[in-house]
Amino acid sequence: MNQFQYSRPTKQQAAIDAVAKDPNAAFIAGGTNLVDLMKRGVTSPQKLVDINRLPLGKIESQNNGLRIGALALNSAVAEDRQVREKQPLLALALNAGASPQLRNMATVGGNMLQRTRCAYFYDTTMPCNKRQPGTGCGALEGVNRMHAIFGFSDKCIAVHPSDMSVALVALDAVVQVSGPKGNRSIPFADFHRLPGDTPEKDTNLTPGELITAVDVPDGPFTKHVHYQKVRERASYAFALLSVAAALDIDGSNIIKAARLAMGGVAHKPWRLTTAEQMLVGKPATEETFRQAADVAMQGAKSFKYNAYKLKLGPNAIVQALKTAAAA
Amino acid sequence: MKTPEKQIGAPMDRVDGRLKVTGAATYSAEYELPGITYAVLVGSTITKGRITGIDSKAAERAPGVLAVITHFNSPKVPGFDTAGKDPSQPATVGGPIKIFHDDKIRFNDQPIAIVVADTLERARFAARLVKGQYAPEKHQTNLEASKPQAFLPTSAKKNPKNPMNDYQRGKTDAYKAGAIKLEQDYVIPTEVHHPMELQAITAHWEAPDRLTIYDKTQGTMATRRDFAKEWGLPEENVKVIATFVGGAFGNALHSWPHESAAIMAAKVVNRPVKLMLTREQMFTMVGYRPYTWQKIGMSATADGKITAITHESIGQTSSYEEFTESTLAQTRMMYQSPNLTTRYRLASLDIGSPIWMRGPGEATGAFALESAMDEMAHQLGIDPLEFRLRNYTDTDPENGKPWSTKFLKECYQLGADRIGWNKRQLKPGSVRDGDWQVGYGMGVGTFGAHRGAATVGAQLLPNGTVLLQCATTDIGPGTGTVMTQIAADTLGMDPQKIRFELGNSSFPKAGTQGGSSTVNSVGPATQQACLALKDKLRQLAAVGSAAFASAKKEDIILTDGYLTLASNSTARVPYAELLKQAGGTAVAVEAKPDGAGQKYSMYSFSVHFAEVLVHVLTGEVRVSKLVSCADAGTIINEKTAANQMKGGAVGGIGMALMEHAIIDDRYGRYITKDFADYHVPVNADSPDIQVAFVNQPDPYVNALGTKGIGEIATIGVAPAIANAVFNATGKRVRELPITPDKLV
Ligand SMILES: Cc1cc2nc3c(=O)[nH]c(=O)nc-3n(C[C@H](O)[C@H](O)[C@H](O)COP(=O)(O)OP(=O)(O)OC[C@H]3O[C@@H](n4cnc5c(N)ncnc54)[C@H](O)[C@@H]3O)c2cc1C
Ligand code: SF4
Repeated sequence: MNQFQYSRPTKQQAAIDAVAKDPNAAFIAGGTNLVDLMKRGVTSPQKLVDINRLPLGKIESQNNGLRIGALALNSAVAEDRQVREKQPLLALALNAGASPQLRNMATVGGNMLQRTRCAYFYDTTMPCNKRQPGTGCGALEGVNRMHAIFGFSDKCIAVHPSDMSVALVALDAVVQVSGPKGNRSIPFADFHRLPGDTPEKDTNLTPGELITAVDVPDGPFTKHVHYQKVRERASYAFALLSVAAALDIDGSNIIKAARLAMGGVAHKPWRLTTAEQMLVGKPATEETFRQAADVAMQGAKSFKYNAYKLKLGPNAIVQALKTAAAA
Repeated sequence: MKTPEKQIGAPMDRVDGRLKVTGAATYSAEYELPGITYAVLVGSTITKGRITGIDSKAAERAPGVLAVITHFNSPKVPGFDTAGKDPSQPATVGGPIKIFHDDKIRFNDQPIAIVVADTLERARFAARLVKGQYAPEKHQTNLEASKPQAFLPTSAKKNPKNPMNDYQRGKTDAYKAGAIKLEQDYVIPTEVHHPMELQAITAHWEAPDRLTIYDKTQGTMATRRDFAKEWGLPEENVKVIATFVGGAFGNALHSWPHESAAIMAAKVVNRPVKLMLTREQMFTMVGYRPYTWQKIGMSATADGKITAITHESIGQTSSYEEFTESTLAQTRMMYQSPNLTTRYRLASLDIGSPIWMRGPGEATGAFALESAMDEMAHQLGIDPLEFRLRNYTDTDPENGKPWSTKFLKECYQLGADRIGWNKRQLKPGSVRDGDWQVGYGMGVGTFGAHRGAATVGAQLLPNGTVLLQCATTDIGPGTGTVMTQIAADTLGMDPQKIRFELGNSSFPKAGTQGGSSTVNSVGPATQQACLALKDKLRQLAAVGSAAFASAKKEDIILTDGYLTLASNSTARVPYAELLKQAGGTAVAVEAKPDGAGQKYSMYSFSVHFAEVLVHVLTGEVRVSKLVSCADAGTIINEKTAANQMKGGAVGGIGMALMEHAIIDDRYGRYITKDFADYHVPVNADSPDIQVAFVNQPDPYVNALGTKGIGEIATIGVAPAIANAVFNATGKRVRELPITPDKLV
C-alpha cells in the first residue's frame, strides 16, 4: 500500500470539497472494497476522506417510500423492520451478499460503488481497460466464465458484482447525491453505466459527488418476492448470476405488476422491463414464467467460458418467479 | 487399589485444545525474538525466461529497509554449488530451486527478491518498489496441451521395482476385447493448499554456524536435514521448531524456496527474520494437488464380475522436479480383476512443483476408479454396492499376499445402514423433493498402513509427572493427545500427569507427519518408551526395596508421588528416592517396523456414502448427508479420529464441488488467487457428517493395532458425491469440480 493522507470530516460539504478538489482523493466508507483494491495496487488514492462521521446512516419512512442513508450498514438495512415489511426483496438481496462480518462493515453507498471482481482487473500485471485504459481487455479472450452476456463492449465484458443493486434497480430506487454543484437525484437504472468505450467509469457520478441516500418508493411488492442467487457454494460467494423478482398477484392468480432484474450478467444491474411487461395480465404459472424468461434472454451473447449463462439465466428467472409467486 | 480408567479408545479432549482456542499456542510467525526483522518476497511477473535486471534502488532507499537480496547480490550458499539433485528423488528431499542463485525464471511469481525491513509494513511497501526486467521465453502451463510429451518418471526408468512403472497382470488392455465395457476420461483440476495457517518461518542464526528456525513443517528432522545440507552445516547445528502447525495437509512436506530465502536474509542482515507468505503466494510457490488426466477402460461379465481394468494417468509436475504420487495404487489392489494394466506418466509444466495433498494420488485415482465402478454398475443394471461386493477380494490381487486385516465389508454394512442405501433407486433421476433431485452415491478409499522407525524419550520429573519427547509434529490431528493416552495406559497413570512434547528437531527422532503414519510409528515408540521407563524405575526402586527386584513391568504403577505394585500396594518408593539415584530416569526407545509388511498387505479402508440434492433449474448441488466409515484398526481417540474423518470429508466436498485453481495460459498466472475466487466449502456446504469405525485391531502393523486415518478420510469422498449426482440427475460429470454450469 502506498502512503496516503487521511481525514475524517464531520461536515458533508467539507467531505465533498476535499474530494472534488483533488483528483487523487477518494471517499472511504466501510473500506471493505477500497482497502482491498489499495492493497493490491489497483488503485492508489493519495487522500482518503472517511465519511463515517457524516450523519448519513438513518433509515427513514417518507410519505411515499423509504429513505436509506448512504452509510446505513448492509446488515442494518437487511434487519430493519420497515425494510423487511415494505421492501423484503431488498433484505433478501442484501443477505445473499458477502458474509455477516462484511455486511457489518459494508455501507449502502459503498456497496453500489464496489468494483468488478474481474480477475484481470485485480491483477496489475495483466491488461485491463477498466483499471488502465488502453491496455486491452484481459477477459475478452481469457478466462471469462464469470463475465457479461448483456450490454458489454469489446473494451470490457465485466459484470457488476453487487447483489443489493439488483434489488434496488428492480424496485425503481432513486439515488440521492450531493456534489460541488449541489444535489441531484439519479434513477437507479441510470446510476451505473455500460462499458462502451470508457469502461474505467462504472457510474454516472461526477468527481466529488457523494451518495447521501437511496430512496425506495413504496409499492405492492411486499409478499411475492424472491432473490435467486446461483453460486458455487451455499454461501459467501459472488453470483454466477442472480435474479430479483417481485410480483403483485390478484385473487385469481393474475399478475398485476412485475419487477425483474438480473445480476452477474452485465456491467450494471440488469433490469428486464420487456419481460416485466409481458408478465402483466398473465396467470402466475410456470408456463408464463418460462415465456418471460425467454423474452428476458433475448439479445444475450456469450463468450468462450460463459455460455452456460445462456441456459442458467432463463432457468434462474423461472425459479425466481416461481418462488416469488409461492411466497 | 483402583485401576486407572483406560484411556485408549476414550474420546479425550485435546491436550492443547485450550491453548489453541485461546490463542496461547505459538505458531511459526509468532515468535518474538530480540532484533526481529520482517521480510517480503517479490515474485516474477513472467512465467519463463531470464531476469535481465532488477531495479531495487528505490526499495533500498525506502525507510526502514535493511536489505534487498536478489541473485545479483545473494551470499554464497554452500549447498547450491553441489551438482544438481537427481529429480527422481522424492520431493521431500527438497526441491532443486536454488533461490536467488541464477537468472532463470521457472514459474510465475517465482521469488526474484526478498526485502527485509524493520517493520512488516515498511518491508511490504518497499517490496512494491522492486521492479524486475525480463527476457521472456515461451511457456507451457496447460497439461492437456502437454499430454503428447508425457513421460515415464525417471525413478521408474531407473528402477524396475519402482511402483511408478507400468503394471500388468493377465493380458494387456484386455478390456478392449470385452463384450460389456466402458472407456472414459476423468480430469481433476489443480487444487491448491490452503491450510488456515499460512506458510511462515522465523529464521535465526544464533551464531555464524548455528541456525534455529521456527518453521511450518510436517517433519522437523527432514527440514533440519535439508537446511543443514544447504548451508553446509552439521545437522546438530540446525534446530527446527514447529511446536504448533495450523494445518498442513501435505503443504509442509517439502522445503520450499521461501524458507531458503528467509534463512539467507537472516544471514545477510545478521538479525532474525520473519517471513509469512500471503494467501496469494500460497497459490504459486508452495505446492498443490496436480491437475491430472486419467483414463479408465473396464470390462465385466453380465453377472457383474470385472474381467479387466486399464487405468492410465498423466499428472502435472514442474520443469525442475519430478513429483510423483500413487494415483494408480488403489486400482491395482481394490477389485479382483484378472486382467489389469496401469500406466503412470508425468507432464512438465512451467508452474511451481506440486506436493502431496491429503489422500495424495489415491484421492485423485479413486475419483476415476470409483466413478468408473459406478458407471459399470449402471451399465450392468446392478446396485453399485452389490457390484463392489461381487468383486471383493480376500487377498491382495496385486501381489497375492493376505491382508493383515480388511473389514471393508463391515464398513459397507455400517455405511449402507446409516445413509439408508435401500432408498436408492437404480434408475437415475427418479427421486424428487420439490425442485431438487435426490441421489445416493458411494466411493471407496484405501491407503497403505505405513509405519516407520521412531524414537520416544521418557523421563520421570521431580514433580511426579512424566515427560515424553519426540521430534514428530502435530499438524492438527491430535498427535500429542493420542500419545498421552497411549502413555497413560502403558504407565497406568493419570493422563493429566503426562506431557508429550513434540515439534522440535532436537527431540528423539521421528519421521515426517504424513501418509497417515504417525500413530502407526510414534504410537509403538511411545508405548515402548513407557515400558522402558517403568523398567528403569523398577530397577531404581529395587536398589532400596526387594519387592521391586522381581516385579514384572506390567505390575508397576506410577501414582501421585510414589512407585508401587498392582499386586502389592505396601511396596512403595517415593519418586524423590528414585530421582536421587545416579544416572537419572531418562530412557529413549526406538520402535521399528518388524517386517510384517513382507508377509501381509497392510491397508486402511474407507467407504463414503453421500446423499445429494441437485436443483433442477440452477444445477446447484448440496450434499445433504454424508456417512464415512473406516476400517482403520484400533481407534485410539474416538473424538480426534472422528474429527479427522469429518475434516477429510469436507476436503472431499471441496474437491467434488468447488475447488478449482485456474491459470490463464496466455500469461501463466492464476486467475483464482484469493478466497473470493478459489472456493473451499463453508459451513453451509457441509452437512452433519456421520462417522463410524469398525474399530478392530490390526495385529501386524504394530502392537497397538492401528492402521492410520488421515488419508482415507478424503479418498473416495469426491466420487461418492459425483456418483450421487449421477443417481440424482442421470448426468455424469467426469471433470471436477461439479459446478452448476456443468449440470444446468
Ligand atoms: C470476500 C468478499 C466477498 C463479497 N461478497 C459479496 C457478495 O456476494 N455480494 C455483494 O454484493 N458484495 C460482496 N462483497 C462486496 C461488498 O458488498 C462491498 O465490499 C461493500 O458493499 C462495499 O461497501 P463499503 O462501505 O465497505 O465500501 P468502501 O470500500 O468503503 O468503498 C467502496 C467505493 O465506494 C466509494 N464510496 C463509498 N461510500 C460512498 C458514498 N457515500 N458516496 C460516494 N462514494 C462512496 C468509495 O470511494 C469506494 O470507491 C464482498 C466483499 C468481499 C471482500
Ligand atoms: S472485462 Fe473489464 S475489468 Fe475485466 S479485464 Fe476486461 S476491461 Fe478489465
